[in-house]
Amino acid sequence: MTAIAARNYPAMTGALEPELSNLEKRLLNEYQKGFPLTRTPYAEIAQQLGTSEALVLEVLNKLKDQGYISRVGPVFKPRKVGVSTLAAMSVPDDRLHQIASIISSYPEVNHNYEREHQFNLWFVVTARDEAHLREVLQDMEMRTGLPIMDLPLEQQFHIDLGFPLWC
Amino acid sequence: METLDRAIIEATQAGLPLTPRPYATVAEQVGSDEATVMARMQAMQESGIIRRIGAVPNHYVLGFRGNGMSVWEVPEDRIQACGERVGALDFVSHAYHRPKHPPLWNYNLFAMVHGRDREEVMQKVEKIATLLGDDDLGHEVLFSSRILKKTGLRLPGGKP
Repeated sequence: MTAIAARNYPAMTGALEPELSNLEKRLLNEYQKGFPLTRTPYAEIAQQLGTSEALVLEVLNKLKDQGYISRVGPVFKPRKVGVSTLAAMSVPDDRLHQIASIISSYPEVNHNYEREHQFNLWFVVTARDEAHLREVLQDMEMRTGLPIMDLPLEQQFHIDLGFPLWC
Repeated sequence: METLDRAIIEATQAGLPLTPRPYATVAEQVGSDEATVMARMQAMQESGIIRRIGAVPNHYVLGFRGNGMSVWEVPEDRIQACGERVGALDFVSHAYHRPKHPPLWNYNLFAMVHGRDREEVMQKVEKIATLLGDDDLGHEVLFSSRILKKTGLRLPGGKP
């Protein structure tokens, strides 16, 4: 395996895409899973990539500081402690900001997205049990005056194991 | 769940230390030793509590701004086969069966498709349409225009 220069910025296309070195790209692409469970994992990665442990740590720190990665570590299976659902609302444009603020204010909501569709507000509600979930959804409908479409998960077909950023 | 496993989850959910011996640091935090922490994490990976260990990319910052939620109407008796085929695609991060709400919502298969821009997402959605063939009774792609709230996993009793 050839050694990788720390600063080798290839010409990138796409204005929004950050310029990343080959080492940065390989760390991002090849280490979304399979991080070594050994005493010195960064040294092992360095060996696999033909570089030094110090540089791997420096680059990972930089990727984290710049927000390109949120962390290096375990990704846990969502805990089955409660019940959750994906909910959607069709909100008039002039009320979107107000309604979105109400929805986001619930501690039971951990994801809330505006999407371009007649159903323009999409959020995940997690509660300790079905009764609590119903209570939260009803409370939301009462406070917003808008109906909620409830789309609970019936089956999951794929466990997210990361995906290639560069092919 | 074992007390030690719970402590390891709390100590690592915000990431492993970026220091030469990360598991030794975690071991100090949870009052255990390096070998035990590695063994417990290995066991949690085998039992599925840990899905993977690695770098967790922030796709949005990396330029993946497409984030299309593709929704598909497929025959109910074909949902299993369709879901498995779509879920196996490497550009699909999540694939779910969810109920229809006719007449407003007739889609029963959800597949999250990531791409650098909408064009790239649409190209990938076309690949799904081709794959599904006659089982594709209709589909749409919902792009997110704003992330209004996003919080990660929090263990009850863990640090806020």
